[in-house]
Amino acid sequence: MQNRINTLFETKKRDILSVYFTAGFPRLNDTAEIIQELEKNGVGLIEIGIPFSDPTADGPTIQRSSETALKNGMNVKLLFGQLKNIRETVKIPLIMMGYINPVLQFGVEDFCKKCHEVGIDGLILPDLPLEEFESHYKEIFQRNNLHNILLITPQTSEARIRQIDEASGGFIYMVSSAATTGAGKKVEDFHRDYFERIQQMNLKNPRLIGFGISDRATFANACHYASGAIIGSAFIKALQTGAMLKDSIQEFVKSIRDTE
Amino acid sequence: MKYDVNEKGYYGEFGGAWIPEMMYTNIDELRRDYLEIIKSEAFQKEFDQLLKDYVGRPSPLYFASRLSEHYGTKIFLKREDLNHTGSHKLNNTVGQILLAERLGKTRIIAETGAGQHGVATATVCALRGVKCVVYMGALDVSRQAPNVKKMKMLGAEVIPVHSGNKTLKDATNEAMRDWINNPEDTHYIIGSVVGPHPYPDMVARFQSVISREMRIQLLEKTGSEFPTRVLACVGGGSNAAGAFYHYLDEDLVELIGVEAAGKGVETKETAATLRVGTPGVLHASRTMLMQNEDGQITEPYSISAGLDYPGIGPLHSHLFTTGRAKYLASTDEEVLEAALLLTRKEGIIPALESAHALAALDKIQMKPDDVNVVNLSGSGNKDMETYLDYFGY
Ligand SMILES: Cc1ncc(COP(=O)(O)O)c(C=O)c1O
Repeated sequence: MQNRINTLFETKKRDILSVYFTAGFPRLNDTAEIIQELEKNGVGLIEIGIPFSDPTADGPTIQRSSETALKNGMNVKLLFGQLKNIRETVKIPLIMMGYINPVLQFGVEDFCKKCHEVGIDGLILPDLPLEEFESHYKEIFQRNNLHNILLITPQTSEARIRQIDEASGGFIYMVSSAATTGAGKKVEDFHRDYFERIQQMNLKNPRLIGFGISDRATFANACHYASGAIIGSAFIKALQTGAMLKDSIQEFVKSIRDTE
Repeated sequence: MKYDVNEKGYYGEFGGAWIPEMMYTNIDELRRDYLEIIKSEAFQKEFDQLLKDYVGRPSPLYFASRLSEHYGTKIFLKREDLNHTGSHKLNNTVGQILLAERLGKTRIIAETGAGQHGVATATVCALRGVKCVVYMGALDVSRQAPNVKKMKMLGAEVIPVHSGNKTLKDATNEAMRDWINNPEDTHYIIGSVVGPHPYPDMVARFQSVISREMRIQLLEKTGSEFPTRVLACVGGGSNAAGAFYHYLDEDLVELIGVEAAGKGVETKETAATLRVGTPGVLHASRTMLMQNEDGQITEPYSISAGLDYPGIGPLHSHLFTTGRAKYLASTDEEVLEAALLLTRKEGIIPALESAHALAALDKIQMKPDDVNVVNLSGSGNKDMETYLDYFGY
């Protein structure tokens, strides 16, 4: 079966907008509606964040949304319940993003099976290192038609980027700068060298740029160097305003790029 | 050695380096270089010299005669409380600052609970003229105020952490985030045998001076390098790792780690990870953790800020599951009484952390001829307020 992530990158080569949100935030049962509204507004790919008590790669915004989500009672089992019928309405690729410990406690095998059942296409688990993935979990992912999305940063060596490219099947998540999520370092300010260096490597996988993408300018700039970009913290902030989900989502996507 | 870390950074099924890619370059550099650096002659020479002239080593092995009489056995105290800055923590920070210099790092970050590791880090940074940032849970900032003042006088920036329980785990999260944001110039001096490989092994090696000296001192005092048992408190487990290190392969030496039971292991207010924990991944290591069934880390509790941690070093998880070491837990109340007992019997006020190991003397069978060594990891100076509150002086 064709994976939806591959279909997306085959049909759309540029300006892909990918949005991250924390499941269970702002309210416990907003998950399905947020996904549906994002798709309606032309978002290309969605990352559903599984909240974790100790998100060490995340900045304050996602830390706080995770804390709220956990207080609201979110957990992995509940999340799968909320996603049970999501494929009846949503066509775009869906990715789950989270830390490894909740997945380990659920059981990696069970977790992947459930992902496949509800129609998840890939996983981003920042603290599951490539080496552990390849020696323990690769087959489980493959059996369930799940791509493992790996990260690279400005510090990643060329040899390691090649290794990551070889091990990837969906896309490569390019962390824009040395940073936790939502950091204020502006993409256009620096690391042009890094973006160009990666562009010239002719990797077999497409790339999306994430971390610190927050508005029209940073999104447009990132799109010069990759197939698109990922927005997390800025979207979480937009959801905090308290307006109707439908309205804040529409307004947010419009603020990032023109409708197609 | 049987209990050595393997080339992938594992002790049995525990350990590894479950790091996000953002930390990979730094951890990979450490992993490739640490052994060569710390085994080099120049490093060893400088390290040993500083341990001797600056830390004040070897720390005495003191025969506690009145305490021995009280328990009807022989009790020696390994006096890590007499080190400069008042605990074993300086052994590790001296080693890591020398390593950081060799890696060309110019900025040091650290997490701290009781403030002992923060002070020890700020101290070596002052010694070498390096910039120092210490993350400390906001709750610990208020319960360990004297150490916060010391760090500031030493020139460190102390950043209170307001997330989570505002204790050691949260300070560690924040230090990791700092490192992710500052990968080029910064070295992270982790304060215990926790975190991704190679930290647990590296910190254990720096602390292993404790048991290296013990063997020499015991031979002198008792005619044998080998005691009946060694007892040490366990938060992350660095003083225990140091006290156990040169006895790990000596099966006749009983090794006892003592965790913080808090208000009791059967209550929710505990930090006895091995009693109530299950395997999982926290702070980039697969180890025993306090967590709920959804894999969320639960908040620990202990009267002592230095043991208030929901995880434990992977070496200890391995020693626990293989049965090589035994782990007990002491409650807040037992700890306070044990601290008073040592104070009145020997004129030594121990750190709350160390008093956990002392309290375990009440929990084990000891014969008159047994030789027991308690690692007295730190001094009670920082805990006077807690002691005064409890005993009402
Ligand atoms: C005196 C003392 N002992 C023990 C500990 C616990 O650390 P570890 O278990 O790594 O020895 C601390 C930590 O702050 C401490 O200050």
